[in-house]
Amino acid sequence: MSFWPKKGKDQPFRRRPGRPQKDWIAPLMSPALIAALPFLGALLPGLMIRAGRDACALSAAFFTGLALLMLGLNVPTVLAGGVVETRIDWLPQIGLNANFRLDGLGLMFAGLILGIGLLIILYARFYLSKADPMGQFFTYLMLFQGAMVGIVLSDNILLLLVFWELTSLSSFLLIGYWKHLPEGRQGARMALTVTGLGGLSMIAGMLILGQIAGSYDLSVILTQKAAIQSSPLYVPALLLILLGCFTKSAQFPFHFWLPRAMAAPTPVSAYLHSATMVKAGIFLMARLWPVLAGTEAWFYIVATTGLVTLLVGAKIALFKDDLKALLAYSTVSHLGLITMLLGFGTAEAATVAVFHILNHASFKAALFMTAGIVDHEAHTRNIRRLGGLRHLMPITFVIGTIGALAMAGIPPLNGFLSKEMMLEETTHVVWAGQAWLVPLLATIGALLSAAYSYRFIAHVFLGPVRDDYPHKPHDPGLGFWAAPALLCAIAVVGGLAPMALFGWIVDAGATAVTGEAVHVHLKLWHGVTPALWMSIIALLGGLVVLAAFAPLDRLWLAAPKPDAKRMFDGVVGGIRRASLGMTDRLHDGSMSRAFAIGTAAMLAAGLWAFLGGAYVPGTRIGAPMDPLAVAGWLLLVAATVALLFLHRNRLLALLLLGIVGLIVSVTFAYLSAPDLALTQISVEVVTIILLLLALNFLPKETPRESSPSRRGRDAVLAGAVGLAVGALAYALMTRDFAFPSIAAFHIDNAKPGGGGTNIVNVILVDFRGYDTYGELTVLGIAALVIHALAEALLKGGAANDRLLAWKPETPEAGDRHPMMLVVVTRILLPLILMVGVFIFLRGHNQPGGGFVAGLVIAIGFVMQYMASGFGWAAARMRIDFHVLIALGILIATATGAGAWFNGLPFLTSAYGYVHLPPLEEFELATAALFDLGVFLAVLGAVMLALASISRLAVRAGETVNARPFDIDPSDRRG
Amino acid sequence: MELLVASAIGLLTAGGVYLILRLRTFPVIVGLSLLSYAVNLFIFASGRLAIGLPPIWSKTAAGYTDPLVQALVLTAIVISFGMTAVIVMMGLGAYLEAGDDRIDIDRSAAEENEDARR
Repeated sequence: MSFWPKKGKDQPFRRRPGRPQKDWIAPLMSPALIAALPFLGALLPGLMIRAGRDACALSAAFFTGLALLMLGLNVPTVLAGGVVETRIDWLPQIGLNANFRLDGLGLMFAGLILGIGLLIILYARFYLSKADPMGQFFTYLMLFQGAMVGIVLSDNILLLLVFWELTSLSSFLLIGYWKHLPEGRQGARMALTVTGLGGLSMIAGMLILGQIAGSYDLSVILTQKAAIQSSPLYVPALLLILLGCFTKSAQFPFHFWLPRAMAAPTPVSAYLHSATMVKAGIFLMARLWPVLAGTEAWFYIVATTGLVTLLVGAKIALFKDDLKALLAYSTVSHLGLITMLLGFGTAEAATVAVFHILNHASFKAALFMTAGIVDHEAHTRNIRRLGGLRHLMPITFVIGTIGALAMAGIPPLNGFLSKEMMLEETTHVVWAGQAWLVPLLATIGALLSAAYSYRFIAHVFLGPVRDDYPHKPHDPGLGFWAAPALLCAIAVVGGLAPMALFGWIVDAGATAVTGEAVHVHLKLWHGVTPALWMSIIALLGGLVVLAAFAPLDRLWLAAPKPDAKRMFDGVVGGIRRASLGMTDRLHDGSMSRAFAIGTAAMLAAGLWAFLGGAYVPGTRIGAPMDPLAVAGWLLLVAATVALLFLHRNRLLALLLLGIVGLIVSVTFAYLSAPDLALTQISVEVVTIILLLLALNFLPKETPRESSPSRRGRDAVLAGAVGLAVGALAYALMTRDFAFPSIAAFHIDNAKPGGGGTNIVNVILVDFRGYDTYGELTVLGIAALVIHALAEALLKGGAANDRLLAWKPETPEAGDRHPMMLVVVTRILLPLILMVGVFIFLRGHNQPGGGFVAGLVIAIGFVMQYMASGFGWAAARMRIDFHVLIALGILIATATGAGAWFNGLPFLTSAYGYVHLPPLEEFELATAALFDLGVFLAVLGAVMLALASISRLAVRAGETVNARPFDIDPSDRRG
Repeated sequence: MELLVASAIGLLTAGGVYLILRLRTFPVIVGLSLLSYAVNLFIFASGRLAIGLPPIWSKTAAGYTDPLVQALVLTAIVISFGMTAVIVMMGLGAYLEAGDDRIDIDRSAAEENEDARR
């Protein structure tokens, strides 16, 4: 796996037909770098804010501009019909690769995102007040920009999904930028919920699409139209993907989040909610248009949704008094228009859609910025409190008016062109046999669109100057209005000279969308066509509606309206209550109850699975039963049953548990598992010591609390589970393997490959060394958790007080450290150390190894603690247990990493045979070094765990011996 | 032999589950230990039982039992010690903090908490 482009035949920067490029410049122009630049740029603003607000904005603008420049360098190739690709293997096994492609559609969208992004950065520099954390804002903005560019330049749809989710997340941060405003937080949450939900469904849809096409790369998927549309999974995939697109692009009935997201600062609204994020859904519909469009399902779902959204959005926009809400709903309506055009499924309609995307981005961003300026200067954006601003803000008036007229579709502005073409396309559409329906409704939509555009002009700028503005407005400085002015200039020039300004990019975009070479003829005058009449009706009808606005508004206010927020909150609240109700019922704070429910559920699931199949008795011939085994079994049964009846006496329970553990280790030894037997018996010893230490502080008796019926229920449940597990084990053991076991591989390769004859040990330190490595780390963490818990208890508080006031329940022995025990353990210590070293060294070839050696030596040390007291032993234990754990894991890591230097994967082992004269020839393996790490970590972890509990005992008043024994034989007076 | 091991696994499981359903920390810990034995034995048994065929390579060996499950169980034994130790410490800490070693939250106290949170 390589993160770098492969050299050789699979050239990373493949260029189809286009011009050959110089070698050095190609990587600089790669789509991957263009997508990466905004992310790099996201790192800077947070730092640059220390150098001032201008530097902060400039750093963001620099990276945006650089990305735009690189995009520009690619324009000739793309216009010549080329597709610029960068292919970087990421996880080729699952089809997830960082493959990028830049074609006409990608170029158009990336240009929009970066170009408008640059203007937004300029605008935001002047919009944000000194109190707003600007560094944060630009970081979020660049993050969002990178995610958007990533979406439009991805070739791999899984990669696209990653960027898609990133836009949801970064837009959440941007919408909720003013954290102090509750509506900002709620709007951000709603946007995230709705678009996130859509994103999830889209993941499912994309996975299905990739499965059908046999690849997750768009370059392959886009060639599979026939296979995709004939697949039975086409409709589910379509629905899931469209759900993602519709939520993102605020299509009815998911349109409600967009107006709520207007609580964001205006630059965010202008950027996300006019030019970019809401276009992501549109982009994806256009991107997948060649393979998804053209079917009945596509037409009826997409075109109808678009049409309904167009009408609903336009109607609501007309009556909104908040400037940004008006613009938000108008955006919803225009997105509906574009969706509808894509839904028609014809190449001509798709071309118009591409054109309108460009037009809408230009005038809508300008209008949002105008609204922001008005809000900024007049301190309100409520239309009812505005009016007459043309005298006070002449520049803003001009900009706003041009933008609104373009939105209304007045010639000679660019909005007129695409609206006219849209109306023309609707006349060719027959919806369910009705040829008049779509043109009529589209005309009504255009009429409403004209009406709210007029209202924007008339109620904000026209009319008499008022004297009750919250703040006396005036035009802002050049920096603030430059960005919207530039966008308006584009709207004007785009209308007058559409071929020069837009022709080439519409050609490139539409060619990429439709998959056929498109050459548009954009012009103002098409002759007297039906579309012209529809347009005239719309523009004049809009005036009529504006004239009759007052009575219409009264009607609107009187009409009942569904409150999207209340409905959304109701749904979310309902889901929350349902999940809480379920959790409360399953888990009401009673652990035993939760455990009983879980166990019963597992039992039921197992039973259900068992009853679903036919039972055939196993035929494997088992191992013979001998009297010794029966004796051991009887002992185990007796100990377990006794444990169940006598468990209230906790000390007795521990003893019985020890017996069970011993028999289990003997069982391992008997059944050809000497390593397990060694490990089990040493773990058994430390576990019992641990429990004894704990029992010192716990009550010595368990009271009888549960009712007989409760105990009966538990017994039945436990019995049933035991029976099921036992039967399962029996069934398993009396059958042969269903598949050849991989054990044979390990047996065959242990000696030749791993250089050891103890196959289990070779598996642990070599074949599955990575598992063992994780295991060690977990053990180390467990020990540190125990240490931290002890530390927290001893720091003070109720537990500490309780320990300080501790009174032993039973009278203590007069001889706390019996001389016999002390002497024996001290004599034993060197022997145990030697045994430990022996077990460690033989581990690779005979039963033993790091695990067992660590446990054995830990037992040797613990014996000193027990016999001579914690203080005495701790004073002589110079090595910190934390250090042992760390050292062990570090040695294991270093051994594993050593393999890298030989160009091998992590933890690849090497071994060789060494002959030192006085000794026999012996073997040295790096695996032994790894095992040393295991040994140290196990030793450290066990010791730290036990020592931590012992510290509680010290706090509770165990005396620290100053002398080696309580009774010093050398001291005659003692 | 299989019957003996299977019945032992069943018995240990039943005992473990019964003790885990008790209401104090100590029996729950003992129950978990029993359950660990059962689970380890079960995983071990999934490699099938063999007598006198240890997975130690030698020229004279008649065959080997499955070494893979043994490696799995070996680490499982050590990890279950780590787990037991953490739970013991938690149980001990809870007892010392609260003066009580019940595992269930007192229903009325929980409701008071819930009210306070609202």
